[in-house]
Amino acid sequence: MIRLSSADTTVEEAEAAGAPLVDTVRDAVAAAFVDALDDAVIESFVKPGCDVIIRVRTDAWLQAADAARNGLGYRFFDFLSAIDWMPSPFGRDMDAEQDTDSADAGSAAAEPIVAGYGGGETRFQVLARVYSLYEHVGVTLKADVPDDDPSIESWISVYGGVNWHERETHEMFGIDFEGHPGLRHLYLPGDFEGHPLRKDFPLVARRVKPWPGIVDVEGMPGADDDEGADA
Amino acid sequence: MTAPSEPQQLAYIAGQAADARVNVDIETGDGMILNMGPQHPATHGTLRIVAKLDGEQVVSAEPIMGYMHRGYEKLTEVRTYPQVTTLVNRIDWLGNFANEVPFILAAEQLMEVEAPPRAQYIRTILFEMSRIANLALFLGDMAVQLGATTPVFYAFRDREHVLNQIEAVTGGRFHPNFDRIGGLKDDLPKGWIDDTKAVMGKLRTFCDEMEDLVVGNEIFQTRTRGIGIIPADTGLEYGLSGANIRASGVDWDLRRDNPVGLAWDKVDWKVWTHPDGDSFARYWVRLQETREATYIVDQLLDSIPAGPIMAKVPRIIKVPEGEAYVATENPLGEMGYYVVSKGDLVPFRVKIRSASFSNISIAPWLLQGVYVPDIITILASLYFILGDIDR
Repeated sequence: MIRLSSADTTVEEAEAAGAPLVDTVRDAVAAAFVDALDDAVIESFVKPGCDVIIRVRTDAWLQAADAARNGLGYRFFDFLSAIDWMPSPFGRDMDAEQDTDSADAGSAAAEPIVAGYGGGETRFQVLARVYSLYEHVGVTLKADVPDDDPSIESWISVYGGVNWHERETHEMFGIDFEGHPGLRHLYLPGDFEGHPLRKDFPLVARRVKPWPGIVDVEGMPGADDDEGADA
Repeated sequence: MTAPSEPQQLAYIAGQAADARVNVDIETGDGMILNMGPQHPATHGTLRIVAKLDGEQVVSAEPIMGYMHRGYEKLTEVRTYPQVTTLVNRIDWLGNFANEVPFILAAEQLMEVEAPPRAQYIRTILFEMSRIANLALFLGDMAVQLGATTPVFYAFRDREHVLNQIEAVTGGRFHPNFDRIGGLKDDLPKGWIDDTKAVMGKLRTFCDEMEDLVVGNEIFQTRTRGIGIIPADTGLEYGLSGANIRASGVDWDLRRDNPVGLAWDKVDWKVWTHPDGDSFARYWVRLQETREATYIVDQLLDSIPAGPIMAKVPRIIKVPEGEAYVATENPLGEMGYYVVSKGDLVPFRVKIRSASFSNISIAPWLLQGVYVPDIITILASLYFILGDIDR
């Protein structure tokens, strides 16, 4: 059951009728973004009752922020971060046996890069979320970051609060933000090498010692052991 | 009396060094650098502020974080979904249970399961109780940072009652780890509802005491009124949420405006705002919120439905492919998790949107031009937990 974020949506009625889910509020929000940004939008995706995801061209990243804040009234800046879509080259090879049996074991490095909602062609993607206090709807904006030169425009001229978020994304993913006044490390020591949230950065604790695994699966109250066992 | 031995002397020197919380370093030329921290006097964690002074005025101030960075976003990528709650309730350790809820809700949204009504009610009750425990400490703690010692003892005394009630249900005072995908670990113990109502009454008395002791205090008013004013638009641009933005006159509360399935829309309560945007307003709003939360808990305890506390979920939880962002109105502000799943046992990526990170990011802007004692007032009134900044 998907919950609503606005009384105007027709999700519940549609669900009762067995029709596909329709979320008029979020559909309108997505349409407004497509109108404002024109051909800069590559793909817009609405998950009824949950979220709106708009993927824009890399060179239109700042334009998208400007349109969201100054054009469409998305005054609240929620967060900015990135996703590394490359499957982890380490896979699950250090997991305990009972975990890998139930999971898809094997070499993950051979898997292709598959992006999530809104699509994507590159390994890195930045995502940022803005929120409208008039409509009470949040929108997730995404943009691809080129593989050969991981850099994108900074949002700092539009949303001042993006400063620390971009510093964090810079140190964790190695993405440059053009126009940011000082991309210094936020958490890590100044001479730290590497970008910890990249998938090819090893989690050393896991390398040194295998994880004991989910041996401690506890019985859920009210669930029969036989029924609940098969996932 | 015997002379101290050498180990004792060394221990004393080490203790003195550890106590030297404010190191002052004088630079030649353009002003003085004042280094505050990394120890936080109220042990909300370890935050260091380096302020450049011109006489008594701050020219620029720069918070330095990372002393508590535990890399939770990386760790979630190697933990199964049920294991992640153990990590996340250490983010804001004073509002423990409230941290688990948005993550569980995000996982439930992806799995398209919903907890039964009774579980939603108990979740909301525990959520509001962790809000009370968290904000009660703030109410005493801000006063102690301004030099009034008594309120913090009252705060510790009364917060204990709330923690005892949380412990009676979950078994943990600070790290309940009680929320499960599809419901809760356990039901309420016998007699708990009546005990909790008595505790809520005590907490209301505590709020009244704080109103008399702190809010009505002339010194407190002089030190907080007009100090650290945040205009609403600037606050929104910096991502301020929770009581910090409501104290700037923005009538916005995720509990009311973005219902996520919990029971807030089943009870009658109001969102408190204050038009001033200064440190006093932030204290005042949190005080009212604490009192309002006790009313929410009372009403929920009266109307709690019977039924199961756990939906049918597989024993080994695999979350279908997809992305979900769920945020709730936590004690410190908006806390959300952007969960990306690839249909595995573990999340592919979790972006933790914590309230304090955004709330404190306004500090360099806000501290420009203030006087040195006001740094303390402003930081205390912004109210952050370092675990919630560093994650």
